[in-house]
Amino acid sequence: MTGNSPASEVVLEVADLTVGFPSDDGLVQAVRGVSYGVRRGEVLGIVGESGAGKSVTSLAVMGLLPRSAQVSGSVRFRGRQLLGAADAELNTVRGRNISMIFQDPMTSLNPVYSIGFQVAEAIRAHHSVSKAAARNRAAELLELVHIPNPRQRLDSYPHELSGGMRQRVVIAIAMANDPDVIIADEPTTALDVTVQAQIMESLQTAQQQTGAAMVLITHDLGVIAGQADRVLVMYAGKLVEVGTAEDVFYTPRMPYTVGLLGSVPQLDRPGTRLISIPGAPPSVLHLPAGCPFAPRCPLVVARCTEKEPVLEPTTGPEHLAACHRSAALVGAAPGDVFDASASAVVESGRDA
Amino acid sequence: MPETPSGASTATTTAAAPGVPTSTGVPPPERKPTVVERSQFQLVLRRFRQHRLAVAGLVVLILLVLLAYVGSAVWKYKFGAFTPDESAPPSFEHPFGTDSTGKDQFAQVLRGTQISLQIAVLVAFFSTLVGTVWGAVAGYFGGLTDTIMMRVTDLVLTLPLIAVAALLGHSVGGTWWLISLVIAGLYWAYVSRVARGVVLSLREKEFVEAARALGASDARIIARHLVPNALDAIIVNATVLVAVAILLETALSYLGFGVTVPDTSLGLLVSESQTALTTRPWLFYFPGLFIILIALSINFIGDGLRDALDPRQPRARQ
Repeated sequence: MTGNSPASEVVLEVADLTVGFPSDDGLVQAVRGVSYGVRRGEVLGIVGESGAGKSVTSLAVMGLLPRSAQVSGSVRFRGRQLLGAADAELNTVRGRNISMIFQDPMTSLNPVYSIGFQVAEAIRAHHSVSKAAARNRAAELLELVHIPNPRQRLDSYPHELSGGMRQRVVIAIAMANDPDVIIADEPTTALDVTVQAQIMESLQTAQQQTGAAMVLITHDLGVIAGQADRVLVMYAGKLVEVGTAEDVFYTPRMPYTVGLLGSVPQLDRPGTRLISIPGAPPSVLHLPAGCPFAPRCPLVVARCTEKEPVLEPTTGPEHLAACHRSAALVGAAPGDVFDASASAVVESGRDA
Repeated sequence: MPETPSGASTATTTAAAPGVPTSTGVPPPERKPTVVERSQFQLVLRRFRQHRLAVAGLVVLILLVLLAYVGSAVWKYKFGAFTPDESAPPSFEHPFGTDSTGKDQFAQVLRGTQISLQIAVLVAFFSTLVGTVWGAVAGYFGGLTDTIMMRVTDLVLTLPLIAVAALLGHSVGGTWWLISLVIAGLYWAYVSRVARGVVLSLREKEFVEAARALGASDARIIARHLVPNALDAIIVNATVLVAVAILLETALSYLGFGVTVPDTSLGLLVSESQTALTTRPWLFYFPGLFIILIALSINFIGDGLRDALDPRQPRARQ
């Protein structure tokens, strides 16, 4: 990918982002002090299981969280503070500089307008061009994301298109204004597996055409492996491992990452038992003291339940992991760390 | 591409697919597609046509409107004009008979229909306009805005309709468009509840969030994304409102608080003729019949629209 271009300036910088939702049972700490930066042309993958805070992080960046959310920290786009900015100011950035692709293409298009109109509307929202010019540009965009017969499709309504086609329209809308950052929130989750590769291809086209940085949120490690330059692993609202894709995939230094990697079927290693991580993520309402992963971790020691680890450099200065036992993971295979016949552990974990 | 161009409707053959090279290199012969894709409007029209009562209602309503406007212009007796025949029963000369002063009841009823229809359409228009904006704004913003706005709506809804309309209608005099505004000022609250209900569910849809992510302002989201999506419910509601407004206007005029002489309306005609019910029944029954015809036909049209505007139906069928 275009990761190490000379213009490696940071376009989007998130620092110490914390998001809490007040509920009847107390504050739900969805995101707890997340910091990351995305450079121009870079693809940043964010992985983690459901409820890890991936989507909330990106919604906070866009300023799309419900008003009840308690947000602190800082989100800077090219040095401009977005967190706490007025809606009117945010509207000049949203869609123009930062655009977002949502998870479900079935509902993220307005059912009463033709797709041509919707793409053109996105262009006209931020550029004063004529309707005809916007329509022409819309047809070009649809062609870029590999929609056949784009001119004829302009007049189609969302319900006339398949899920994959709709998601391509959404991608076309996201790239309509040549944004600097594209945030894709699980863009392939709602789609058929056979269409996912095509969508990822369209996303790649969009990213290369616009030269934008992309934040790719997913729980599919395969998607990340093929696309991302750098990877963030999130667990219980925190970053637990940060590094280049190679770092994270080949030398993981956090047992949770190891477990995630070991649970993916690999065609080049047939016969290897897939491992499962016992237990379930902790409730973000009542986080245990110490490392949130400790109750599920096979390498847990006393220190893990006493003090929450912070991100520290491991194999290199850019490869960080939040784990007291990361040294114990050097050279370890997933099967060694997690008991491969872990089904018994899963049961006991659930009972606990 | 592995996907067909017409994603959802695979049975649909797009009418024109020229330029697609065949294996032989010879341009394919023009083939008439067996199943033709229909436009959104054609589909709505088609579904409406399948609703027989709605079509009948539409025909009756169109005839009534033509009769009221074109018919009254060409009919030999003008509204309010006196004829030498007094208290004549229906005949070819006077299809609806005449009253005791010799006024042709047919001309009177046509004029009354005009006024009643005008009032009803104006009421439907204004209350829909105000109610939709009010309800959509309340539903979209929610919270305190919603609470305050909907309590105002509740307040309007608790007013005894006939009594307040009678009071206000009486104080504005018998002008038809002022009376429409009075009635609209009481009915918008019903529309705003419908609009709010629809918007409450629509605003949670992802396309609203997507619009915000594209930098759309609140006003734009309401006007361009929420209201158009709520339009089917609003149109149906507005149609039914026409019928309701006709009835309320009738009631008001009947009570003497609506349209007043020298002008007339269907309600006023019924009111004037009630004393003649036993002696000259034609004076009473014809305007009554027109009221029923208008209200019934509009209700059937509303029913048909409700079915026709439901977009979640397949494109190529039957």
